[in-house]
Amino acid sequence: MFQKWKDRVTVTDIVMWMIGGTMLLLCLWGSVSTIRAGLYTSSHWIDFCIFGLAQGSIYALIATGYTMVYGVLKMINFAHGEVFMSGPFTGYFVAMAFWRSDFLDTHPVLGIIVIFGVAMFVSTMIAYFLEKIAYRPLRSAPRLIPLITAIGASFFLQYLFRGLYGSGINAYPDIEILEGFWMIFGIRVLKIQVIVIIAAVLLMLVLYNFIMLTKVGKAIRAVSEDKEAAALMGINVDAMISTTFVIGGMAAGAAGVLYALMFKQVHFFMGFIPGIKAFTAAVLGGIGNIPGAMLGGVFLGLIESVAPALFLDGLGIIAPYQLKDAIAFSMLVMVLIFRPTGILGERLSAKKA
Amino acid sequence: MKNLIRVFIAICFLFSIMAVPAVAGNVVKLEKGEPVHLAYWFVTSGPNTSLGMDSLRGAEIAIEDFGGKLKGHPIKLDGQDSMCGPEGGQAAASKIASDPSVIAAIGSSCSSAAKAGVPILWKMGIPNVSPSNTAPLLTDPASGPDFDGYLRTCHNDNIQGAIAAEFAYSQLGLKKAATIHDGSVYAESLQQVFSDTFVKLGGTITSQEAVSPGDTDMRPVLTKIASGGPQFLYYPMFIAESGHVTRQSKEVSGLENIALMSADGSFSPDFLKAAGKAAEGMYHSSPDFSALGDSYTKFLAKHKAKYGMDPEAPFHAHTYDAVMLILNAIDKVAVVSGDTLTIDRMALNKAMHETKGQKGLTGDLTCDENGDCANPKIAIYKTSMADIKAGKMSPKPFWKKY
Repeated sequence: MFQKWKDRVTVTDIVMWMIGGTMLLLCLWGSVSTIRAGLYTSSHWIDFCIFGLAQGSIYALIATGYTMVYGVLKMINFAHGEVFMSGPFTGYFVAMAFWRSDFLDTHPVLGIIVIFGVAMFVSTMIAYFLEKIAYRPLRSAPRLIPLITAIGASFFLQYLFRGLYGSGINAYPDIEILEGFWMIFGIRVLKIQVIVIIAAVLLMLVLYNFIMLTKVGKAIRAVSEDKEAAALMGINVDAMISTTFVIGGMAAGAAGVLYALMFKQVHFFMGFIPGIKAFTAAVLGGIGNIPGAMLGGVFLGLIESVAPALFLDGLGIIAPYQLKDAIAFSMLVMVLIFRPTGILGERLSAKKA
Repeated sequence: MKNLIRVFIAICFLFSIMAVPAVAGNVVKLEKGEPVHLAYWFVTSGPNTSLGMDSLRGAEIAIEDFGGKLKGHPIKLDGQDSMCGPEGGQAAASKIASDPSVIAAIGSSCSSAAKAGVPILWKMGIPNVSPSNTAPLLTDPASGPDFDGYLRTCHNDNIQGAIAAEFAYSQLGLKKAATIHDGSVYAESLQQVFSDTFVKLGGTITSQEAVSPGDTDMRPVLTKIASGGPQFLYYPMFIAESGHVTRQSKEVSGLENIALMSADGSFSPDFLKAAGKAAEGMYHSSPDFSALGDSYTKFLAKHKAKYGMDPEAPFHAHTYDAVMLILNAIDKVAVVSGDTLTIDRMALNKAMHETKGQKGLTGDLTCDENGDCANPKIAIYKTSMADIKAGKMSPKPFWKKY
């Protein structure tokens, strides 16, 4: 028995476990000393969690785009952050026009719906043509080539929008009905964050049900499992891939407007960091897996918001929020070491075998 | 065929030598008609564009006012985008340093770009004058010989941070403060000076937090700050991050009504766009333009006539003075012999460091051996609802020490 165990475990494994164990112990020790120090009351912790949930649900929406494209094409669409940026950046001009003409004050709900519509339309179009122009001609090329093309497309889109809309700072107007607080079960919650969380959850439900229950969704799943077999069954593979990009673009556009309503500022570079974070979320949850991407996004948002205060404060590290990205990415490394397929990732090899 | 290619390469090489002014050691020789080449490296893209473009306009007006010519040679100004960060600073400085015709550089906009870029320029013997780097370390003698070719016409943050602390402690009478910086050289050193002075005066610093450049969600870090119960929040960062902190501080329980203060890095109408209504009642420290004389009023008229707008950031006048400082010093050290103009960049650097009592828009400039040339007048400004509606930073100081 011992002999068998010894054969299976390599030195690398032991080092990895030690690293993982140390991280876990540090986190535990940090959390215990933070809580014992009593710096934060329970309402602070609730605030941290709500801020994290709102941010995380936006990551989750973007991450679904990454994960679906990976599912059907087995490539990382690094230009997805720019798809996310294009919608709210265009929506900004609509919002400002409405705001100047007082339309946003008199018909706020209609105004916001129009802004959503414009942003989702632009993001969808960008995603659709991105696939048609940049990725489709390279579909039979080796996997590295579309990846590099995606990075190139990302730069192209960033500088295209910089050229179109300028590189200065722009901010969405304040919309009255989205400001202020609601008391929910005695907890003071920002209206905008409640709206962001509810809207994101609704969109994700629609998206998930579309993929799981409709005929088109079924076809997309078939393409992601085996393109040739799907084609033999009479599925139009090209159309399904386009549809995937369209759905991803719509989710990204909606996420972009939610992001812009929450943080106000929009500029041509705004897609980069959320894009990287959403990619992290997709990998964290198991790339290719839609519920995984959603879970990964929410998890990442929560970690970013709660972990610096919870883990690092107790260890006596000053200015812990500067390290929130470091924590998020260490979390990714840990997940990849101990569960290379991500939290909800399926063991594809085992299933296919 | 092979020979032909060699000849072609040789000809190209010859042309490329002829096209560039001759540089021997650190001496630039300009033939008849060759321009006196100054290079700027401001931030000209991203959220801090207004900071760099404002400086660029000041520089253009200065060259125009100088007459556009120096001892019969036209003055040429071109430049690179230093993007307000170490990577951008390094790239911009490397590009400028690779051009042997550059006589002096003007920039950068942000201290972190300067920290990375100035040593690269100075390695090639290019002296540099900055109109807006305020971080103390750039002119600190302890920074070493890499910064020997560096001067600035703006204030040193040892002064700005101290004034902010005095304002908060003595004028507003607040005893508990917290700070946020973004890890940039500028913000980190400025908030440190503020904290040190504030503690020396008798106040308490409840926490010194930090975020990363490009962060948007400040609510968690603000919640952490709120747990310490400060009365005053000082965050001398750049426009985008300061805007997020300003807006989101109103949404975090415990911080809704505390006094907010930022510094010159975000003193721009773009900040009002970024922060919106939340900017009402907040303070900024920035150079005092109301104390400047007639020459500044004339400058403003020229600015309006040339660009159809008022200045957007606090450092146009400092850039004007920086360009004048360089041109006056070149004028002093340039040697004319026949049609050629010889400029020794080492002598130029020395001459700039020896500048005394030069009349500038921002006051009389006298440089010390470390490169600090300014005669700083820092005032505190307060933003009102009317300023936000007009989309302009308040032109009138709210408080000043002198």
